[in-house]
Parts: sequence; structure tokens; C-alpha cells
Amino acid sequence: MAHASTHDDHASDHHDHDAHDDHGHKPIGFMDRWVYTTNHKDIGTMYLLFSLLMFFIGGAMALVIRAELFQPGLQLVHPEFFNQMTTMHALVMIFGAVMPAFVGLANWLIPMMVGAPDMALPRMNNWSFWIMPFAFTLLLSTLFMDGGGPAGGWTLYPPLSIQGGNSVAFVIFAIHMMGISSIMGAINIIATILNMRAPGMDLLKMPIFVWTWLITAFLLIAVMPVLAGAVTMLLTDKFFGTSFFNALGGGDPVMFQHIFWFFGHPEVYIMILPAFGIVSEIIPTFARKPLFGYQAMVYATASIAFLSFIVWAHHMFTVGMPLGGELFFMYATMLIAIPTGVKVFNWVSTMWQGSMTFETPMLFAIAFVILFTIGGFSGLMLAIVPADFQYHDTYFVVAHFHYVLVTGAIFSLMAATYFWLPKWTGRMYNERLGKVHFWLSTISVNVLFFPQHFLGLAGMPRRIPDYNVMFAEFNMISSIGAFAFGLSQLMFVYIIWDCAYGRKREKATNQVWEGARGLEWTLASPPPYHSFETPPKIEPWMLAHSDVGH
Amino acid sequence: MNTKMTAAIAAIFSFASTSAWANPHRWQLNMTEGVTEVSRAVQTLHMQIFYICVVIGALVFGAMFYSMYKFRKSKGAVAATWSHSTVAEIIWTVVPIVILVVMCIPATRVLYQMYDTSKPEMTVAITGYQWLWEYEYQGENVKISSRLDREADQTRRLNSGRDPYAVKDYLLNVDNRLILPINTKIRFVITADDVIHAWWVPAFSIKQDAIPGFINEAWTRIDEVGVYRGQCAELCGKDHGFMPIVVEAVTKAEFQTRLAQMRAEQNPLDPQPVLAGAPALTASSFE
Repeated sequence: MAHASTHDDHASDHHDHDAHDDHGHKPIGFMDRWVYTTNHKDIGTMYLLFSLLMFFIGGAMALVIRAELFQPGLQLVHPEFFNQMTTMHALVMIFGAVMPAFVGLANWLIPMMVGAPDMALPRMNNWSFWIMPFAFTLLLSTLFMDGGGPAGGWTLYPPLSIQGGNSVAFVIFAIHMMGISSIMGAINIIATILNMRAPGMDLLKMPIFVWTWLITAFLLIAVMPVLAGAVTMLLTDKFFGTSFFNALGGGDPVMFQHIFWFFGHPEVYIMILPAFGIVSEIIPTFARKPLFGYQAMVYATASIAFLSFIVWAHHMFTVGMPLGGELFFMYATMLIAIPTGVKVFNWVSTMWQGSMTFETPMLFAIAFVILFTIGGFSGLMLAIVPADFQYHDTYFVVAHFHYVLVTGAIFSLMAATYFWLPKWTGRMYNERLGKVHFWLSTISVNVLFFPQHFLGLAGMPRRIPDYNVMFAEFNMISSIGAFAFGLSQLMFVYIIWDCAYGRKREKATNQVWEGARGLEWTLASPPPYHSFETPPKIEPWMLAHSDVGH
Repeated sequence: MNTKMTAAIAAIFSFASTSAWANPHRWQLNMTEGVTEVSRAVQTLHMQIFYICVVIGALVFGAMFYSMYKFRKSKGAVAATWSHSTVAEIIWTVVPIVILVVMCIPATRVLYQMYDTSKPEMTVAITGYQWLWEYEYQGENVKISSRLDREADQTRRLNSGRDPYAVKDYLLNVDNRLILPINTKIRFVITADDVIHAWWVPAFSIKQDAIPGFINEAWTRIDEVGVYRGQCAELCGKDHGFMPIVVEAVTKAEFQTRLAQMRAEQNPLDPQPVLAGAPALTASSFE
């Protein structure tokens, strides 16, 4: 194998590196260290910081929305700007916050977890990160253009989306750039996992996080080009006189929705499968018990990924599909409940008869399981087509996807941050503040999103800047929750800063957590600049929580 | 505060009760039952799947909280080492499949019913525009253009200085209502002129996209006289939040009177009813 010969020059065992971490490889100077870097940890850090910045930009937009919806009547913004905020909030959060954060985690963790020195394609890694700041500068700049930013919703449905001004072109190019970045990131992850594993790290011994990312990366490669195709057709429809989606020219606006959601539904799982992986690492650690049903977890992940390609039209039950189409997509969508159920049952079984402690990562992981499951329940309800006719495009849907994305994906990212931060920085974060952050976030996020179920069922459509006074009470409660949740996240930033630079933080051990298993915990905290210069000799106890027999 | 509390308690009870509100009300928690056979069937489906979720949730979360209470290290719990159980895994794969199949049957039946637009007694063509609805009673030569009422339209402006609470049915009221007869199978053919809209009346459980260049169908049979309100449910531009839908359901007899009235108003050159039967040129003949 390629990596074996590369590392033959280094005779020393990796354990020797623990004593002299930096090994003199870390480049000096800002440009060399960060701009030209090919190091998986530095690129991972930049991805994570970038996504944190985007989380706050997207969050600020959400607060504009919730401030306007605090009471009936328009007090703060015009409806045009309100629509730009809903559109940009989604684009920034999905493409700027959640996806880059998972890529950042993949960068940091996958080489350490599979026993590799770095990612397989380090220069491409640099490029895939550095595209992102430019893509988002382009996207956000549209807010300052004549006519403002995109206002047709993140789903970009024509004909509305191409009613916008020239900003449409900027948005589409920004999406192209994000797509290129994601595809390169995905290629890199697949290449690393398939080629850079240390001897003995068989596929079915890999940590679940690595497995979920392997599957996610294939989803990315499959669907990002589809999105690129869809938005390119929008571009030519608007600027070059084509009629892909224009009924007057023989096109079909519904075709865009089919193509978009053929990307969009796998995209949903791109944002949740790595979260499953994270939670599957954390729960066994703090339950001090191996992950229940390791292989079932892998197969469930693969099944969800497969099903994600055949359920897209459940986002468009009201477009007037033939009855047969509605039935097919309803049945296929309901099937997803089965592998997802397996995952939830396995997490609960992992906790059963464990020996649990409740540090901040575990708290976030448990909240993830409960609140993501609530989002799953509303997802199951949404699959029932006749009922979906009532739920569709209401606040019930808004509540549903924020339960799976905020208390799902984002909570898993926070859990991951607390879980691996001591490994990354070599210092323990402030546990007491971490727990305060957890409780503030968990309570406020439910105040924020739970009442939105009621609003949707009572008949409040989504994406409206103003509403009937009967919806006032729950909107006000939701807005209060939003501001509390938003402000709580300032604590998150402080805790991270304090962990990295604060004076009083104690040094983390290599293993960090008593129940931690996996190769990354055999490295020093912080780990050496090049993770495993020689492939580690893998002992069974080092393996992550997989009971490899099953 | 006291009235709010009462309203909240009433709302909580309404969650399980059978009483239905035609319009949204304060502290409303649940979906309306509506006033058609289909909307009641949809509400039943909604409650069935909801209760299934509640039961599964209670079991799963119960097991989680029990283990969090029972198997804590601080209580001296020692971790077991097992990590597999074929029997358990088969059970929790098969049982959900059974539940889903059971759920599919009524869902499919209701969907069949919703899709059966055959043999309508009358047809209304609905067209969505940025930002109003137009209704045409097909074959009757009567059109209604329906947009947000003036009072709400002035109140909803940014910093209008007007109080939304002072406007009756704020943002859910229109200048011209769609008048429909009860106990009649009415087919809707729905399209749009500019961008995609969606025609949604919760009390009928109809939400159907209005797509330029394409015609969608839906149908209803309203059981009760009343005024039913809805909104556009597909983002359609800056005034998406300001194109409500109001349907006034009246008895068949009253409907005929109202329809004739509208026909006379809109077609002043038409022969008046007293002359009906005599061959005459109609306004449309000149078009």
C-alpha cells in the first residue's frame, strides 16, 4: 500500500512524537501557516471558524426575521427585505454554517481516526477551503446591490427566483463555487478513507463518524452537480433566453422543483449523517459501553443514504403530481423511519446498563437524540400525503426542519466541539460554563421552535412577514426564545476562546475522557502537526466503540 | 391575563375534543377539523399518526430517562459489555414496518378520495396573480377578483401607525369573497398567471399549487354554511403574506340568487331573467 512505503523512512514509533509535538514542521508566518497551508488540522480549524462566523451571520438574519414577527404589523423591515432575510438565512446556514462545519470536523478527525498523517489530497484541501470565503463574499454582497439579494426562498423556485435583478447571477455563481468546494472536499474525504487507513483499520473497524462521512461524501458527489445543473438552467433562463422552466416557451416550472429536490433531499442527509456519526462516538464514551449494533448502524446509514435518492418529491406533494406518484413518494418516505428508528433504538440501547456521566458533550448528544427524534416524528407526519396538504408550507414544516437542523445538526456540532476541543487545544474547557450553555440553549431552542408546530397547525403559512392577530401569542413566545437562543451562543464563543487562550484552563490528558476509545485519543493533546507520521500499530483497545464481531 | 388563561385552557381541551373552529383562534394548538368529509378524514389521520408518535416517543424517551436515572456512574452503575442483540434488532425493525403499513392504508384511502374530481356539479377556475386571486364560475360568465381588503392593506404598511388588533380579520379578509353553495361537489381548476402560488383553505383541507402554464385540480363538498379563510401558501414575492382567501358558503338557493345577482352586475347587456328563454345576443357574443 502506498502509505506503508512512504512511512518506511520514519523508523520511530508514533508514540515517540508525543514528547515533541511540533516537530519543527509548523510553518512560521500568517501567509505560510494559514493561506498556503496544506495541513489538515489548520484547514479544519479554518473551516470550523468560518462556519462559526457564518452561524452568527445567518443567526443575525434569523433574529431580524423573529424581531419582525415579534408582533403583528410591520415594524422593522419591508416585506422585500424580509424575503431576502429568509432566503439568505437558509443559504448561509446550510451552505455556510452546517456543511463547512462538518467538513472541518472531517478534516481534523478523519486522518487521526484512521491513523493517517494528513488528508490524501492536501493541496486540493487548501483550495476547497479557500473557495468558501470568496463564495460567501459574493453571496452576501448581493444584499448591498440594487434590488437587493435573492428573495425567492433558498429553494430558488422559478419563475419567482428569476424575477430578481442581476443579483441572481451572483447568487448562482456563489452556489457554483460552494458546489465545487463541497465536491473537492468530498473527493478528498473518500480518497483519505479508502487509501490512508493504517494497517488493521479495516472498513468495518472504522469509527462510525468515519463511516457516516464516507457515505455523506458519496452523497455530495452525487448531488452537488445536480444543483449546479439546476441553477445553471435558471441562469440561462434569466439571461440567455432559454425556457427550461418557462411554460410560455414550452418549459416546466415543476421540473425545476424535481431537479432541485433530487439534490435537496440527499442534501438534508448530508447535513445529518455526520451528526449521527458524532453522536455514535459520544454516547458510548460517556456510557462507558460499546456502541450497540455497530454494523446495524453502518447499514442503517447506507440505507438512509440510498432512500434519500427516491423520496425527493415529498417536498412537493401539492404541485399536482399524479396519484401514483404521490403514493410512491409517501411509501418511500415512510420507509426512512425504519433505519432512522434503528439508529435511535441503538443509541438508547447503548445507554442501557451503561455507567453514565453527563459532561457537556453527552448532554448535547442526549438532547440531540430526543429533539432530533421529535423532528423525526413531525417528519413522519409530513410523509402522510393527505395530512401534508395541511402541513405543507406552514410553520409546522418550519418547526420540523429546525428540530432536525438546529437541535439535530447544530446540537451535534456543539457536542462535537466540546468533545474534541480538549484534544485540539490540549486544554480542558470550562465544564461549568459548558453546562450553562447547554441548558440555556436547550430550553431556549424549544421555546423558539416548539410553538411553531401550533402556529402551523392553526394555519400560519411560512415565509410571511406579518400575520393575523390570532397567531400573535405563539409568535411572541417564539421570538423570545429566538433572542435567548441567539444570545446564549455568545457563551459558546467565549468558552471556545477561553479553552484556547484563557489563563486558568488545565491541561488535557491524551485520552481526555475516561471512556474515550479510538486512535485520536492515543495521540497527544494537542496532537502533533502531522498526525501519524508512521502508521500506528492498532491494538483492539484502541479501536473506537465498535464491537467488531457484530 | 385571566381571559388568556381561559383561552389557553379551552385550547388545550380542544386538542382532544371534537369541536371545530372555522377560523384560527388565539392559542390554537391543533389543526382544524374543517367542514368537509375530506377535511375531517385528514384531521383523523393527523391525530392517528400523532398518537402513534406519542406512544413511540413515550417508550423511547421513557427508556432513555430510565437509563439516565438508573445507570449513572455516580450511583455506582457498572457498565455492561454487551453490544448486540439479534432478537431486539429484529423486533424494532419489524414492529415499525407493521405500524407503517397500518398507517398507509387509511392514508391511501383518503388520498384516493381527495384525487377523485370526477362528476362535479360545478367548476370554479382559480387563477393566482401577484397578489390577488381571480375566480371564474365556469359556464356562468361570472368572475370575481379578490384581494386584501383596504383597511388591512393600509394597516399592514411599514410603520403605518395603525393597530392590527383594530382590524377585523386582519390579513384574512378580502374585498370580494368567493361564494360557494353547500352540499355541492365543487371542482376547482387552479392555475397562475405569473409565479407559483398555492390556494389553501384549511377548513376544506385543500392546498393546491397554482402554477403558470399548468392546471391543477381539487374538489370539495362543504357541509356547513359559514365563512372560511385561508392564505396563499407558496412564496410568491413581496406581498405573499397579503393575498388571503375567503370563501363564503351559502345554501344552494341563496347561491343561485347571489350568482344571478353577480351575473347581472357583470353583464349589464345580458337579457334580464324575465326575458330568459327568448333568443338574444349576450355580452359575450360581442367579444
